[in-house]
Amino acid sequence: MEKASASAWRKFSARYNMIGNVCKTCNTKYFPPRIVCKNCGRNTKMESFAFTGNGEIFSFTKIHVPSEAFKESAPYVIGVIKLDEGPLVEGHIVESSKEPQIGAKVKQVFRRMYTDGEEGLITYHFKFELI
Amino acid sequence: MRDVAIIGIGLTKFGERWEHGMRELMAEAGVKAITDANIGSKDVEIVYGSTMASGRFVGQEHMAALLADQLGFKNIPAVRIENACASGGSALRQGYMAVASGMHNIVVVGGVEKMTDVTTSEATTALGGAGDQEWELSQGITFPGLYALMAKRHMYEYGTTEEQLASVAVKNHENATKNEYAQFRKPITIQDVLNSKMVAEPLKVFDCSPISDGAAVVVLAPLEIAKKYNDTPIKIVASEQASDTLGLSERQSLTEIKATKISALNAYKNAGVKPSDIDVVEVHDCFTIAEILAMEDLGFYEKGKAAKAIFDGETRLNSKLSVNTSGGLKGCGHPVGATGIKQAVEITMQLRGEAKGRQVNGAEIGMTHNVGGSGATAVVHIMKRVN
Amino acid sequence: MAGIVGYGVHVPRYRIKVEEIAKVWNDDPESIKKGLNIIEKSVPAIDEDAATIAVEAARRAVTHSGINANDIGALYVGSESHPYAVKPTATIVSQAILTGNKLTAADLEFACKAGTAGIQMCAGLVDSKMIKYGMAIGSDTSQGRPSDALEYTASAGGGAFIIGSDKSEQIAEILKTTSYTSDTPDFWRREGAAFPSHGGRFTGEPAYFKHITNATKQLFEMTGFKASDFNYAVFHQPNGKFPIVVSKALGFEEKQIKDGLLTPVIGNTYSGASMLGLAAVLDIAKPNEKILLTSFGSGAGSDSFAIEVKDKIDEKRSRLTKVNDIINTRKIYIDYSNYLKNRGGIKKM
Repeated sequence: MEKASASAWRKFSARYNMIGNVCKTCNTKYFPPRIVCKNCGRNTKMESFAFTGNGEIFSFTKIHVPSEAFKESAPYVIGVIKLDEGPLVEGHIVESSKEPQIGAKVKQVFRRMYTDGEEGLITYHFKFELI
Repeated sequence: MRDVAIIGIGLTKFGERWEHGMRELMAEAGVKAITDANIGSKDVEIVYGSTMASGRFVGQEHMAALLADQLGFKNIPAVRIENACASGGSALRQGYMAVASGMHNIVVVGGVEKMTDVTTSEATTALGGAGDQEWELSQGITFPGLYALMAKRHMYEYGTTEEQLASVAVKNHENATKNEYAQFRKPITIQDVLNSKMVAEPLKVFDCSPISDGAAVVVLAPLEIAKKYNDTPIKIVASEQASDTLGLSERQSLTEIKATKISALNAYKNAGVKPSDIDVVEVHDCFTIAEILAMEDLGFYEKGKAAKAIFDGETRLNSKLSVNTSGGLKGCGHPVGATGIKQAVEITMQLRGEAKGRQVNGAEIGMTHNVGGSGATAVVHIMKRVN
Repeated sequence: MAGIVGYGVHVPRYRIKVEEIAKVWNDDPESIKKGLNIIEKSVPAIDEDAATIAVEAARRAVTHSGINANDIGALYVGSESHPYAVKPTATIVSQAILTGNKLTAADLEFACKAGTAGIQMCAGLVDSKMIKYGMAIGSDTSQGRPSDALEYTASAGGGAFIIGSDKSEQIAEILKTTSYTSDTPDFWRREGAAFPSHGGRFTGEPAYFKHITNATKQLFEMTGFKASDFNYAVFHQPNGKFPIVVSKALGFEEKQIKDGLLTPVIGNTYSGASMLGLAAVLDIAKPNEKILLTSFGSGAGSDSFAIEVKDKIDEKRSRLTKVNDIINTRKIYIDYSNYLKNRGGIKKM
């Protein structure tokens, strides 16, 4: 996991605010943001693009056996979300009185992602909530 | 380009090999392979080694030079290939290219993974590096989790059931009971799979390949001189590979592995064969859903049709198409860096007619299919017996 | 004078009932419910903390206000459960609501009144024209020692208020504000301690009641208002009972305080409590109505505000997420073992 503060910090705008990018050459939107457009190669003209974080569940799973860093949160639900603006993105689906299902509408929320022990950094991240 | 043949194979028993470390496993498989190929240490010109994460599992990088040294190949070039779970298949393709190009004659390709020296959660974290570290692993999305997301979508789009998923594991365990190298030599039932502990819904423990130790080695040579070393050289008639995004959600579909489709199409074209010509295939069943996807993406079944066919027994040993006669990753075990090479060893045994209790009758053409990550790499080889 | 340009709140979904806690300690739930006037409290999820609650509230406040977050020139987060001892919560909020970097920011701590202290600081800055807007947040995932009376009330939630001086944008104007402060050790938590300690009954008369009464009376004197001039009154609410008692003593009737009294159904959200109470009243208040707000923070002090609702409140309501919707429509009840897990209590066993 991320022990170094810089590796978390350099992704704050994507992880806090779902800011991806859009290639102005072909108008394809990307999340997570990338440097080179898959369609345009050297003719890429990227600009940052803020996604609303609204979308619907495309697929989901409840993880019962977590990786080391997520032991205390298990079980937790992971979804592939189809964002209203087009891209698919993976993220946590937080607690709800409803069961998640494919097609259900979600919106982004702001939560803790990972806490590095008692003394390390706390990382924050977008997650999704059933509407 | 020269024709390339497999002239020697060596395999360790897969499983929890508490008494053996990485170098002992490599040596065990390697000695068998060079003995089988009837070559001397001095004949070998280059070694390609494959391991996914020996640095994470045993703290040892620089594995190819170690393999060359342990087998007594003095001072020859040695190169490690890492392509996650497709490291073995990728290394085999590098060896193939070295021979086909005319650059080298006798080439050794060896894969190993020693996974049981770390805890299960450390192994889970290490394997997670096959996906997208920045956007998947960092969010606690495990490897079974990625395949669970594919399984859930496949169930949604095609009505695939948990029983059909389970039937993949049942078949592969059945095959593994007949394979002396396999980790699990115990038959299981669909109910056993359904009752096993949930890992990532809908995948349970018995839907997942295990954590394994093991090594596999093959020796390659130009076909024109292969008979000098071996009576039944196995010709590699296609060696294809493709890549895709590391992140699962950066792809258009969760129910197909595009890298598999592309590799397979090219392989069929280059080999001049069609799916129906294949007699035996080792596919990458790291999870039960992965075998279903593979059967569809390799062109054996239409999308959405493989799960029922597997459930109905069409891919059992000596039925319509014999799939994963070794037991697959699920039954035989999945020492990650060794897997792709083990698949080639199994197909070689089948085409030579040496597969004993699990022999596919009249096997002439075989295929291997090795996937890295959630589909960011796929390698397909087609092999033929040369009479 | 400075006024409120927009606001937003957040309360976690999880609730635990008094009965569930009482069962663990063999307490009589009925006497606790009656004694504290509380039926249940909010509990943060394992991935919620004072920063995430502050961000959710702040995002709703920006939406409600209609302002550009870039124009926020000061951001203060009041809490006694800041995720870090050193490293501000305010910068996390700033990044998460995209204020840009041209602002001053700081974390505040004054027990349960750090949020209202932030409102006063923002008011001073906007009235002096140093900044265009200031954001003041009160947010807590408060701690209560197991089996202590506080365990029945200590909960989680927060509110964010955007303060500006342009009257045409204000939904409510702060007519006057005043504070009453003294060194009174009624409740404290030492550096590194997991739970706060308190002086038992000493938290009542010489602390809560004295400070709220004096601050409110000061405000009455400064403004010439009396209790009956206010349509609503909101007091800090460590339990459901204290605010009722103090309001009566100050001459308020129950109908003036009932809409801002949330502790009976969400518990004491500490720095969030006065902010949430004020937000609940603003959700229903009509133009020209007057609101009294008096917070209390142990240690001890009270900030008192006379607030007048403006016409703009109706126009901005379409963008509002109401307190009632957040509190009542999203609840998930949990048992004590899941409460322990969510509060990170299991590893301490």
